[in-house]
Amino acid sequence: MGGSILGNRVVRKEDPKFLTTGGRYVDDLLDEPMLQGALHVTYVRSSVAHGRVLSIDTTDAEAMPGVVAVFTAASLGLEARPAGFNKAAKRGLLAIDKVRYVGEPLAAIVSHTRNQGEDAAETVIVDYEVLPAVVDVREAMESSVLLFEDNGSNIVFDSMNLGAPDLSGPEFFDGCEVVTRATIVNQRVAPCPMEVRGGAAAWVNGRLIQWMSTQHAQGALSSICHTFGYEPENVRVIAPDVGGGFGAKIGPYGEELLLGVISQRVGKPVVWRESRSESMVALGHGRAQVQEIAIGGRRDGKVLAYQLKVLQDCGGWVDSAAYLAPFMTRPMSQGVYDIENIECRTFSIVTNTTPVVPYRGAGRPEATAAIERAMDLFAAEIGMDPAEVRRKNLIAKFNEPYTTKMGQTYDVGDYEESLDRALKAADYEGLRAEQKRRRDSGTTVQLGIGVSVYVEITGGGGTGETAKIEVLGDGSARVYTGTSPHGQGHDTSWSMLASEQTGIPMDRIEVIHGDTDLVPKGGGTFGSRSLQQGGAAVHQASIELVEKAKEVAATLLEANEADIVLDKDAGAFHVAGSPSARKTWADIAQSRDNLFMHEIDFKVAGATFPFGAHVAVVEVDTETGKVRHIAHTTCDDAGTVLNPLLRDGQIHGGVAQGSAQALLEEVLYDRDGNPTTSNLADYAMISAAEVPSVNIVMMETPTFMNPLGAKGIGESGSIGATPAVQSAVCDALAHLGVRHVDMPTTPERVWRAIESARKGA
Amino acid sequence: MSDQVKVSITVNGRLTSAEIEARTLLVQYLRDHLGLTATNIGCDTSSCGACTVHMNGEAVKSCTVLAVQSDGESVTTVEGLAIGDEMHPMQQAFRANHGLQCGYCTPGMVMAAISLLNDNPNPTEEEVRLGLEGNLCRCTGYHNIVQSVLACAKGE
Repeated sequence: MGGSILGNRVVRKEDPKFLTTGGRYVDDLLDEPMLQGALHVTYVRSSVAHGRVLSIDTTDAEAMPGVVAVFTAASLGLEARPAGFNKAAKRGLLAIDKVRYVGEPLAAIVSHTRNQGEDAAETVIVDYEVLPAVVDVREAMESSVLLFEDNGSNIVFDSMNLGAPDLSGPEFFDGCEVVTRATIVNQRVAPCPMEVRGGAAAWVNGRLIQWMSTQHAQGALSSICHTFGYEPENVRVIAPDVGGGFGAKIGPYGEELLLGVISQRVGKPVVWRESRSESMVALGHGRAQVQEIAIGGRRDGKVLAYQLKVLQDCGGWVDSAAYLAPFMTRPMSQGVYDIENIECRTFSIVTNTTPVVPYRGAGRPEATAAIERAMDLFAAEIGMDPAEVRRKNLIAKFNEPYTTKMGQTYDVGDYEESLDRALKAADYEGLRAEQKRRRDSGTTVQLGIGVSVYVEITGGGGTGETAKIEVLGDGSARVYTGTSPHGQGHDTSWSMLASEQTGIPMDRIEVIHGDTDLVPKGGGTFGSRSLQQGGAAVHQASIELVEKAKEVAATLLEANEADIVLDKDAGAFHVAGSPSARKTWADIAQSRDNLFMHEIDFKVAGATFPFGAHVAVVEVDTETGKVRHIAHTTCDDAGTVLNPLLRDGQIHGGVAQGSAQALLEEVLYDRDGNPTTSNLADYAMISAAEVPSVNIVMMETPTFMNPLGAKGIGESGSIGATPAVQSAVCDALAHLGVRHVDMPTTPERVWRAIESARKGA
Repeated sequence: MSDQVKVSITVNGRLTSAEIEARTLLVQYLRDHLGLTATNIGCDTSSCGACTVHMNGEAVKSCTVLAVQSDGESVTTVEGLAIGDEMHPMQQAFRANHGLQCGYCTPGMVMAAISLLNDNPNPTEEEVRLGLEGNLCRCTGYHNIVQSVLACAKGE
């Protein structure tokens, strides 16, 4: 009998399609029968950041070639609806009385071709009473200019609403020999999935069929039904191949929700696809926090108190960012450290900018960045090596649940081991020696080394997942999952899990997801939940399917069920010791009308807390400020690894996004709220030329929260890498008197930091 | 803007022709007129390279080429690489090295990578990285794309 396939580097079975004919994304549905004759939807977007909408004149647009209809909130009968997290904030899916960011949709053009829609959109005349724009989150907090007047403030959520305590005064740091404070910016970035948003809608026999580029088809269906009062059985949402999401495609957007209504009005199927320039202002952004940190402790390196105040910029709507700070950043603010006194208060604040949504890590990278910068600043203040300061404060290894001061119950952890492995693999001592050599020589290209140690929460958004397995009369199988991959490789991973238990070859297993008619119940893919919940569900369903099949085999073989064994190599059941008389999976299915199935709604014990350490190495040209990220070592512990090939791929991608935030990427607005980075020519999305290869060190501490022992890995890279790279840049300049450089550490910022340190010295 | 013109373009070895709007981009011609949807559109500023195809053997961003500019020329898309069921060595290398995740940048990335090796059959890692600077990917962090190209160059 062959060994287990689990834990092996298995290449992806979905790849040949992507490599030869390409994926089938929403923009590729030309041959979909239900979409024949589809019209194109183009949204007209606000060109001002803050204004009252006095009138929308669509007369010219309606007369443009190919235009079938133009809709506004008024003509569609849309009403202002309250936000989930603050009922005083209301808006329509198309702007009604006010616009609150450049890019907010105001009207929808329906035309025969996409080009005609773009032409017509430019002829819609919107009369605005332009209001002062509130762009900076700190100003918005105090401003008398309000986005949602009914709320009486631009603060739309405060962690004290949850009963969390306020921050204490200076007495909080009594007993500390050293206290250091800083205000740091975790800047706004654009998720930039390579596929922008798109969708299509058709009404077939009274049912709405909607295609969407989404991470969660079942959630989209709920939103559509909730918004328009449709019955769930009358709606089907299909996520075809999805070209990346990174959190920004979890919840549906107004442009997507409206497609069914528009299709109904024009009596034809419709398709919609935004341009990249639209996507840069209308797909949600990520991060966007200002953090005030204060850390205190003893000169021997022991941290005694840590205080964090978070200003979360939500943008121009109370979207999911409103809860990221209180529910993701705050609970994880303690990080990997044993700190006696810790406090965190978060404010979620609206501004006249694009709404902020989850982005790879969603609140945890921000928590990690804050505590890691605090550790670095504390280390600098007491003149101790930053790795050593961390080591002195790490929570000791634990195999039993550990409850933090912030009320989180970490499952398992051995933070020091991950730090040791990363430092060793990176040759930390050698790097420090090289750094010293360069500093002594006074060369213009200095070396910086950044260390981060992190813990994050994964699978926190759900309690389990559905799985169904069908064995067909030809012995092949179908696996149905409520997770929804968009690059993660679930076709391969879930096939591995099902094959491992059933013996049905991977290439005879089809994995089905993202279609609410086929998978009515599912949690989608986000929050690094898929393997530990969806994969665990497939694993468990496979085990139970085999047990169920033994009953059938026993009947067919006229034997006792207890005597039946599954020969996984042969994919056949027989009485133990008598392999000649056997029943294959095909036989089992054929005895049940060619369909033998098992379905479960699997529950996990709870969230998991992956952890690890990163060591980033940068070179900084002290004359130009140019930073090069030249090496990166990670030791990420995601528990038991199912497929190291895919695990590594997740880390690589996350590290690049972390490096991108630390070095390059930032969404910017001018004082009037006009975006100045609204395409990929202006926004510095990271390329192959700017990241190093990643040196990955293994560490596997299984969790007991699910039967696979798996924790999430999807977001670890961005969580660990961002502070490590930023820290490396600061470290390269430490001997010049630079204490901190905000992200992104662009050449101009680095150069200015050096200059200002020189002048100050 | 609605002037119609006739173009004849050899795509993946097959002569195609159509009456199109003069402003039609090559990528629109490939996708909308020929149904060759593997070539994707990722931006509107010629920044991302998702639409990279070969024109007369050279990589071009097909969002930056008017279909009329390809009149009489020979264009290859990722659909034209495999011979029967046998993928091109670069396609095989991407699979073996997990050089793709969501797959959206992949067709353009593969075409750019083949062009890169045509110009420089034995590149260093840095040369691969610089050579692919015009093709953006958000999933892979480029690590395994670079490994794929290096592996293909070595005939692995």
